[in-house]
Amino acid sequence: MLAFTLRRAIQAIGVMIAVGIIAFSMFRFAGDPVNQMVGMDTSGAERAAIRKSLGLDDPVLVQFGRYIGNAAQFKFGVSYQFRLPVTNLLIERMPATLELAIVATIFAMLSGILMGVYSALRRDSWLAHVFQAVSLIGISLPTFLIGVLMIYLFSVTLGWLPSFGRGDVVQIGWWTTGLLTLSGLKALIMPSITLGLFQMTLIMRLVRAEMLEVLRTDYIRFARARGLTTRAIHFGHALRNTLVPVITVAGLQFGSVIAFAIITETVFQWPGMGLLFVQAVQNVDIPIMAAYLMMVSLIFVTINLVVDILYTIVDPRLRSTVSRAH
Amino acid sequence: MTEPVLSVRNLQVEFASRRGTLRAIDDVSFDIAKGEVLGVVGESGAGKSVTGLAVIGLIDPPGRIAGGEIHLAGLRVDNLPAEEMRRVRGKRIGMIFQDPLTSLNPLYKVGDQIVETIRTHLSLSESAARRRAIDLLAEVGIPAPEKRIDGYPHEFSGGMRQRVVIALAICAEPELIIADEPTTALDVSVQAQIISLIKRLGRDHGTAVMLVTHDMGVIAETSDRVAVMYAGRVAEIGPVQDVVKNPLHPYAKGLMGAIPTLAGEDKRLVQIPGSMPRLSAIPRGCSFNPRCAFAFDRCRVERPEPLPRGTQSVACHLYDTVPAESAA
Repeated sequence: MLAFTLRRAIQAIGVMIAVGIIAFSMFRFAGDPVNQMVGMDTSGAERAAIRKSLGLDDPVLVQFGRYIGNAAQFKFGVSYQFRLPVTNLLIERMPATLELAIVATIFAMLSGILMGVYSALRRDSWLAHVFQAVSLIGISLPTFLIGVLMIYLFSVTLGWLPSFGRGDVVQIGWWTTGLLTLSGLKALIMPSITLGLFQMTLIMRLVRAEMLEVLRTDYIRFARARGLTTRAIHFGHALRNTLVPVITVAGLQFGSVIAFAIITETVFQWPGMGLLFVQAVQNVDIPIMAAYLMMVSLIFVTINLVVDILYTIVDPRLRSTVSRAH
Repeated sequence: MTEPVLSVRNLQVEFASRRGTLRAIDDVSFDIAKGEVLGVVGESGAGKSVTGLAVIGLIDPPGRIAGGEIHLAGLRVDNLPAEEMRRVRGKRIGMIFQDPLTSLNPLYKVGDQIVETIRTHLSLSESAARRRAIDLLAEVGIPAPEKRIDGYPHEFSGGMRQRVVIALAICAEPELIIADEPTTALDVSVQAQIISLIKRLGRDHGTAVMLVTHDMGVIAETSDRVAVMYAGRVAEIGPVQDVVKNPLHPYAKGLMGAIPTLAGEDKRLVQIPGSMPRLSAIPRGCSFNPRCAFAFDRCRVERPEPLPRGTQSVACHLYDTVPAESAA
């Protein structure tokens, strides 16, 4: 088990170095950063001085080594537009994005699993058909459109919910949270539904398909022949077996929730990392773009690792193959 | 004779399909006494497994019991409400399925599955149920049961898993065990052990056993009586040695002729020409008549009903003595 975790961790580091190469090469292909930073009237000598102070004269490998070394300590340089350390900017924005992503994922998991289980067990009920229709909408309508439609309905027409921003936030250490104020919670509703809707439909469809599959298996038939209660069969046996693949997908989807947050944050002007990234793209602020890329990759890789470990906890068969293989 | 544990009368099972209603079981009747093993034999699709599932109330839609009665020690079970039938399953009727590799939930320890079943049917504490589970595992011949009880199904071999399945089937001391092809998926060397285990458990606990199989060898070894099924009907039923030595129904004769002997006679095995009709195309009269060498006019029009013949009962016009003119 330890060897397995260790091996996966080493693989994760390999992936991060590869991402680092891509992030680093962005600096070299997106034009001369000095030109982005200085005005038209800066002299050649001043430009050279800036170039030297930023270390842009050094050989590529040295620059790359320095970049990776700094990145490992979460130092991503200074933003061209804000003249502030990128790390500070990201950390400042991170709570907003993580709160949004976590709430969206919880919403997606809870309602997705509930709807999926219901539509598998009551396949022919009208509510199951409604769920199927909703899931079709959720899977085919683009996120930004749903966000805009919700703003039109709930903010513009009904005036119930704020159309942008996080509302009032409370500072806890370096973390800012909108979960403790009423306006913060109200502001969270539409963005998290918008962000979670796609995952919800995905999870619902997956749970439904898996559950129907599991209900057909021999061990469910045998469980019925043993006279277990319907409740024990559906929720003890079938659901647990259903959740094995659902955990993987939901876990891996958490990465894409954070990535998709870019769009949702733009629609709702949510002050998170995604919005920061979009602004950075508009201003060719490479340090932020590169740092964002690495942060998101780090989150992806970490989740992958956690899911792998979770998997072995849920499914005993993997536990033994894992220990046998090492 | 005391009341039989299981009494099936004129059972009919139908499946609704797009091309109309298919009758999988048509007018099947048999009894199983306490401690008796009834072997049910026939080709695939003859209705053996469906009969077993009907008895335990696990016919899934679009199938349904369309007629007849099933009595379990006097209690009529074919029309019980779902919740009461659930209480009968596992408690009074135990079932063993064909494939032990897929019968157990892979995510739960075998002990937890046994304890869960015990506690569903008997009011025992967690620890008492666990002790009982260990005893059961010991009884079905699993070595070191106090250790293996915390194993997962994948840690057991096929034969061992079938033993666990049997322990699960008997954990509430049922009066009847339905074993649906319990040895088909197993290694030949393990088959004999499982068969003798089922036989021993039936004898020790006085349990009636309905043993569904297509393996005549298994039937001959274990059963007291045998029912030969063909196209959803019982062709012949009787004590196993009589049916094996002296089969009456032409189909049963064909089946017995198809068993290879060790005597080494260089004789070709008998083969029954043709194959069993599909449920959608069961012929009129006796369903076996197109394949029967002895078929005569009456067989093509009138369905034969079971006739007592010594210890056996046979559904064949050849043994109906009244219109004797064509039997020869």
